[in-house]
Amino acid sequence: MAPVSLLAAELGIALDKAPVDITDNASLQRGAETFVNYCLTCHGASFMRYNRHRDIGLSNEQILDKLIYTGQKVGDLMQSAMRKKEGEEWFGVVPPDLSVIARSRGADWLYTYLRTFYRDDATATGWNNLIFDRVAMPHVLYQLQGEQELVVKTSDKGEQKSLSLQKPGNLTVAEYDKFVGDLVNYLVYLGEPHANTRKELGFMVMIFLLGMLVLSYALKKEYWKDIH
Amino acid sequence: MSKLFNSMIGWIDERFPLTSNWRAHLSEYYAPKNFNFWYYFGSLALLVLINQLITGIFLTMNYKPDASLAFASVEYIMRDVNYGWLIRYMHSTGASMFFVVVYLHMFRGMMYGSYRKPRELLWLIGMAIFFVLMSLAFTGYILPWGQMSYWGAQVIVSMFGAIPVIGDTLSQWLLGDFTLSDAALNRFFAYHVVTLPILLVVLVLVHILALHETGSNNPDGIEIKANKNPQTGIPVDGIPFHPYYSVKDIVGIVVFLLVFGGIIFFAPEMGGYFLEYNNFIPANTLQTPDHIAPVWYFTPYYSMLRAVTVNFLWIDAKLWGVILMAASVVIFCFLPWLDRSPVKSIRYKGPYFKTALTLFVISFFVLGWLGTKSPTPLYTLLAQIFTVIYFAFFILMPWYSKIDKTKPEPKRVTK
Amino acid sequence: MPDSFSINERMSGRRKFLVAATSVAGGIAGAAIATPFLLSMMPSERAKAAGAPVEVDISKLEPGMLLMVEWRGKVVWILDRTPEMLETLVKIEADLADPTSEKKQQPDYAKNRTRSIKPEILVIEGVCTHLGCSPVFRKEVAPADLGPDWLGGFFCPCHGSKFDLAGRVYKNVPAPSNMVVPPHTYLSDNRLLIGAESEGSA
Repeated sequence: MAPVSLLAAELGIALDKAPVDITDNASLQRGAETFVNYCLTCHGASFMRYNRHRDIGLSNEQILDKLIYTGQKVGDLMQSAMRKKEGEEWFGVVPPDLSVIARSRGADWLYTYLRTFYRDDATATGWNNLIFDRVAMPHVLYQLQGEQELVVKTSDKGEQKSLSLQKPGNLTVAEYDKFVGDLVNYLVYLGEPHANTRKELGFMVMIFLLGMLVLSYALKKEYWKDIH
Repeated sequence: MSKLFNSMIGWIDERFPLTSNWRAHLSEYYAPKNFNFWYYFGSLALLVLINQLITGIFLTMNYKPDASLAFASVEYIMRDVNYGWLIRYMHSTGASMFFVVVYLHMFRGMMYGSYRKPRELLWLIGMAIFFVLMSLAFTGYILPWGQMSYWGAQVIVSMFGAIPVIGDTLSQWLLGDFTLSDAALNRFFAYHVVTLPILLVVLVLVHILALHETGSNNPDGIEIKANKNPQTGIPVDGIPFHPYYSVKDIVGIVVFLLVFGGIIFFAPEMGGYFLEYNNFIPANTLQTPDHIAPVWYFTPYYSMLRAVTVNFLWIDAKLWGVILMAASVVIFCFLPWLDRSPVKSIRYKGPYFKTALTLFVISFFVLGWLGTKSPTPLYTLLAQIFTVIYFAFFILMPWYSKIDKTKPEPKRVTK
Repeated sequence: MPDSFSINERMSGRRKFLVAATSVAGGIAGAAIATPFLLSMMPSERAKAAGAPVEVDISKLEPGMLLMVEWRGKVVWILDRTPEMLETLVKIEADLADPTSEKKQQPDYAKNRTRSIKPEILVIEGVCTHLGCSPVFRKEVAPADLGPDWLGGFFCPCHGSKFDLAGRVYKNVPAPSNMVVPPHTYLSDNRLLIGAESEGSA
């Protein structure tokens, strides 16, 4: 049981599996640019420093060139350009900080969420989401994805909700999925930038401990010869 | 070289009982030779304690006990402090592993009757350690000031409000405010890093002293001191703790570290059980998360808290839940006097005890599992049934342990 | 009844070897565990970011004027010395402990009489080399409290150390050495970078 999948199960909508590979620097770099261009305007990632992106193969110059548009320094935190108060006025809520969003929501939820916006005239923004009903955020990526509409089929199994693409966007469905996949991959990296280091170090620690196990077991055997 | 060493030791011995303590507690402390798998968990608990103390001190260097800074300071440790992520995961994983190890250690005591005469006080000191450990876990879980920290603490503190007459005043006194806020975070931090660790370390020392006074129990539940070599005065079934059990415990420690490291390096969240997903959302005093559950080691008691749904005997359901939850932990203290069996170890106890202990373990796990779930009518019913089984294990013990068919204990320890 | 154990008084070769090998491995493990803990006490990424080189615009700096900037939590002085001030540097040399800056208290490019890249612009950490107080800029000549020989310089109010207008320490004062010149460079005529010697290392 994982609380995240439990949430999805309660909604009755299966989450799509996100293509996460935090060792794929090319994908992470694409995701980082998307994040800076589309998300950072309203959401902060205020626990993350720009120069940390050396993890994913970017030099300070590349970071200044590709990721920083606000005149910040490479050592600065990725704070949102928008002030908290403005967010509250525009959306009714302060857009949450996204530093650890992948750790609370899970990659699959984010991957599904960013692909299930649909047109809904009943909401303030004109947008709604299949797995986040009445979400305050408008569909920021609609020019890329296009516009979807909700289709509700009622059968004896109950209501079944699905989406259909009404107005195509600049990207094909496959391209858009890959685009969102890179972004979600980046969000996973963003949640725990040290994850790759952690696993590498863990591998060495495990090997050392296995050696230590052999040695300490031999030592124990040797001493316990005395016991009869 | 060794001459210099000996004269140095001699110098110290004239001023401090170094050699005599080394002998009394290590090289001439005679432990039964038949310790099995279950006897690793005492030394492992000590290892985890040391881990928590050291990692805790280093976390304190960067953590900020301030409601507006706490969450960010934890992420600061995770990202900006060199190896902060390792230190934090060692501490968060250590917290859960502390309970794993201590639960197994307690279960060992229940299996082999380690709480029986002459070790009643040893067991009670152990229970005191367990209470302090629970308090440490609770106060520590508040510190990241995430959603689960906040709402988990809210639930626990509200329980004090259930106490009649003084409840409201008591919870205000505990919180230092009318609601859970910065004031509480600040003082719970003080308890977590000063008061409770000192208490825990002292109790652990007392626990070890008491153990070394009575001597260790063993899987056969017989007293090795009853059978001493007349010349040397050493129990014939005893072996010096050092070097035999020290080298054996090293093996146990390495195996434990493989598991511990496996979690830290490859699954630090442990599927949301060691670090809950909702705790990666900063505390929001206006919005409870959709699904709130305590950390896994508290879930059995949490289930019992929720299991009471009816008012009974002028006491409302809420207070009954709190009473039941407190009783479910405190009742362990009475084990030494509830067990009337002529033998200590499960090896020589009869089918009644074995069945009762099995049912108890099952109910502990089922209640633990239910505690992670949202309550539904079915789950609440299950929780009620298993709460009854849980308590029956203790309450009926004087009866079933007395009429049980036991086997005779051996004179010497067996393999 | 015999005891359950018999300690070998003399350790066998195998036992000796295993004890030694386990001890060594345990020592390595201990050192390996201690390392991240000790490293965690080094400046964090936040401290490093805050300690990053500072860029200063000195176009508004007038002759004789002292500008204070903060770098790594320390005050750095930028002083535009007048020709008269520069002349005092020669006159005073007999009274100084280390007039030629032999002690490595400055980068090589500032090891000269003016202790600077451009003769008139002094860039120096405003920290007394005695016990870390910040000296006071006393540019007036021969004030009552500092005596008739004072040609202008820095005076530390804590323990009375005196420095000239290039931060060189006087003889017979508590401070042992000249004040520290931080690494710095000119990005352009009026843009000064303090804390690094090139833009790339920023």
